[in-house]
Amino acid sequence: MIEVRIHGRGGQGNVVAAYLLAAAVIRGGYHAQAFPAFGAERRGAPVVAFVRCRERPILRRSAVERPNFAIVQDPALLRLDATLAGLRDDGALLLNAGREAAWNGTSAAARWVGLPATAIAEETIGRPIPNTPLLAAFLTLTGLVPLDALTAVIDERFDAAKAAANRRAVAEAAARVDEGAWADLIHEKQADRVRETTGQGR
Amino acid sequence: MPTATPTATELRRHQPRFVGLDSGHRACQGCGEALAARLVTEAIGPDAIIANATGCLEVFTTPWPNSAWRLPWIHSVFENVAAVAAGVEAALKVQGRATKVVAFAGDGGTFDIGFQALSGMIERGHDVLYVCFDNEAYMNTGIQRSSSTPHAASTTTSPVGRMREGKRHLKKDVLAIVAAHHLPYAATATVAYPRDLEAKVRRAVTTEGPTFLQVHSPCPLGWGHDGALTIAVARLAVETGFFPVIEIERGRVTAVLPIREKKPVVDYFRLQTRFRHLLGDDPQAVEERAHLQALADHNIETYGLMAAHSSPRDTVGLATVHRGGTGGGIA
Amino acid sequence: MKTATEGSQAIAQAVTMCRPQVVAAYPITPQTHIVERIAKLVADGQAACEMVSVESEFSAASVVLGAAAAGSRAYTATASQGVLLMSEVLYNIAGLRLPLVLTCANRAVGAPINIWNDHQDSMAVRDAGWVQIYCTDNQDAVDTTIQAFRVAERLELPVMVCVDGFILTHLFEAIDLPTQAEVDGFLPPYRFSRALDPASPRTLGTLVTPAYFAETRHALDAAHGRALGEIAGAADAWSAISGRESAGPLRVVGDEQARIGVLTLGSVFGTLLEARDEMPELGPLRLMALRVFRPFPVEALKAACAGLSDLVVLERALSPGGGAIVGTEVRAALSEMATPPRVHAFAAGLGGRDIPLSLLPRLVAAAGAETPTRFAIIDVDLDKLAPEDR
Repeated sequence: MIEVRIHGRGGQGNVVAAYLLAAAVIRGGYHAQAFPAFGAERRGAPVVAFVRCRERPILRRSAVERPNFAIVQDPALLRLDATLAGLRDDGALLLNAGREAAWNGTSAAARWVGLPATAIAEETIGRPIPNTPLLAAFLTLTGLVPLDALTAVIDERFDAAKAAANRRAVAEAAARVDEGAWADLIHEKQADRVRETTGQGR
Repeated sequence: MPTATPTATELRRHQPRFVGLDSGHRACQGCGEALAARLVTEAIGPDAIIANATGCLEVFTTPWPNSAWRLPWIHSVFENVAAVAAGVEAALKVQGRATKVVAFAGDGGTFDIGFQALSGMIERGHDVLYVCFDNEAYMNTGIQRSSSTPHAASTTTSPVGRMREGKRHLKKDVLAIVAAHHLPYAATATVAYPRDLEAKVRRAVTTEGPTFLQVHSPCPLGWGHDGALTIAVARLAVETGFFPVIEIERGRVTAVLPIREKKPVVDYFRLQTRFRHLLGDDPQAVEERAHLQALADHNIETYGLMAAHSSPRDTVGLATVHRGGTGGGIA
Repeated sequence: MKTATEGSQAIAQAVTMCRPQVVAAYPITPQTHIVERIAKLVADGQAACEMVSVESEFSAASVVLGAAAAGSRAYTATASQGVLLMSEVLYNIAGLRLPLVLTCANRAVGAPINIWNDHQDSMAVRDAGWVQIYCTDNQDAVDTTIQAFRVAERLELPVMVCVDGFILTHLFEAIDLPTQAEVDGFLPPYRFSRALDPASPRTLGTLVTPAYFAETRHALDAAHGRALGEIAGAADAWSAISGRESAGPLRVVGDEQARIGVLTLGSVFGTLLEARDEMPELGPLRLMALRVFRPFPVEALKAACAGLSDLVVLERALSPGGGAIVGTEVRAALSEMATPPRVHAFAAGLGGRDIPLSLLPRLVAAAGAETPTRFAIIDVDLDKLAPEDR
């Protein structure tokens, strides 16, 4: 099972990011769960959401304690110990590096990739919401599901203009990372994916 | 039957009287609330559903397995009648039925514990006629004071004693608060002027949206008077200015029932044991009488209750004094 | 059709497919998404119902009470403090024998204020006379909500559908949503035998003296006696339409040979199932989810516990000074067996504290204790308390 933890700031679509990722992997044939770490946070406070992904149904309803991946929507959050606590030793970190291409922090993460997701978002969508670029990068790095699973979900969720802008963001972000660089971290074989997908009958 | 178009008065004369609240209930002799409820349901007619709060009216009309109601009727709890009525109204609206929804409550269920639900019901614009039978205390549970109890009245929780002379606080002006919601129609009425009450019920029933009637209903037991004097007591409340009878549309007073011959408040007090401590010559009683007279005079002045001409004759059938508004009254 | 969606959204869809005519609600975390979704569906013309945004939960329950009495299918949702605020009306609704469905997005009850999941709210009103069903997951929540309307309307008893707040309401996953046609085929239009109607005037909610009161309470209790049958009937009928198996009043997974059982309510059941799968070294276990709590399914419970030496009850509430709520009722029911299992009662997950998979081996170990635990709250960290509070 793959567990992803997404860190962001309240009001920046942290939960939406988790839902989009879950929707995309469900579309791609997996079983998935997404949920926020609930709290009474207001705008700007650190918030966390989780995604679980597996080939067979996920029944557990417990918290994610040892994620395989951490996606961090705001680099300032790295100053908090909680952001990378519990990340598996063989896990990986996808960081919205903002304007910085490099990050000098230490962490337990064996690997990390930085992406100027905010800049990409501003160029393509016109708003500094880094979600879709980060998700596109994540899917490109891992190869968990094809990118068109994400774009299909985007088309479902957003109106035509917004969807088109987000698709541009997706394409741009995907081009900036090494495709499949994290494929070895995905344990489930592609071939074993469950046939059931969204939109098909029982 | 006349062959020309009948007037409203003629129609009324030929209309069979609808009995919404039948006899056989367990009210006290001379109960003002029972009389008011009978008059109100008669004026509403058969196409109505009543939601009734806990209180005297509910208790004395529905001792299982008997019921005095000839209208569909539901009682839930003390504080939610406006919300229950709102629910019935919402259901009828979706079902496309025009049956009128009416809420009945005492002053306790209106001024106090049911206040929030009432405000919500009005604010949301439900098409409900809310009738408060105001007998100025929690009568059902043994004559305890409510926020409707007049200043200085004696009740079991605002008794007269060495340190206290009845209820300390003023009667809550609930009509003003209700009127502040700017609902289409709100009015006070009294069992002393039954035609006026019926006219107001007809007016409210045919008005779309939330409407509110506060009906002064003497309680012989709680107020301390003979059951035969219910109407006389209620009439004095009006003639002294103690209970103003007015109509309000969208927050403005548009009509009043005029006082033809003003009576001093002490005439009102003399008939009721709940005010008897105010009748003596002790300085406290003298001061309190003056205070209450001033309150009554203030009502008269505020609402312009004095009629243009003084007359000892009673005002049954006389038109109210209109001041703008959308009209109404008997043809 | 499977849709990836949030639990609250799915519940809202299920509710609107049941074609309620009146929905009244007051916002309270974590129920808000359900009500907001219904409001949006109404605003978009996709649900033809009156949405009454009341000024408190007390009025929410009162509005749906009036609507149901007036002949319209009605619905509300609440949680925690809201359940308690409307509790007087909940008793009133059951006493009036009105059909209604309410979603309780289970949340802890203050003080101290806590917005996270536990079962104290619905447990607090277990004697109100409502049918109570605890859903194990969001699919269950959708299916149970739809069935609840039929159960309520046939029994003339209100039904409370309990769904773990946040854990299920805010969980995004693939849920099989039925079609409108399927729901219409299952749920007939609302008919209430004693509806308020000038054409046939009735008096509802009369004063009842000692001469008659016991009989009314018996009638309410007797209606609960018929509830398990109605619930099973509704489940079978829905199963035939949806193709999904119904779980019944008690969902049992595990070994016939098992001697140790663990019983719980709500979403934690899934966590325990996965723990069992991942830890075969724990030996044969029988895991149970108590879905129907009122009426309490004594016979089904006894049958499910056949052959067990120990049963661990894990619940998310307690009665201060009285210990386990569910555990105590389980113990009482099982005492009717010739050789009842020893019952060990625990509370966990209070106020939303996470219940990890690793709890299962600890519960199994506890089942081996020489003296069964009458009641204990799991993992209380006494260091967080002043000495006098330990």
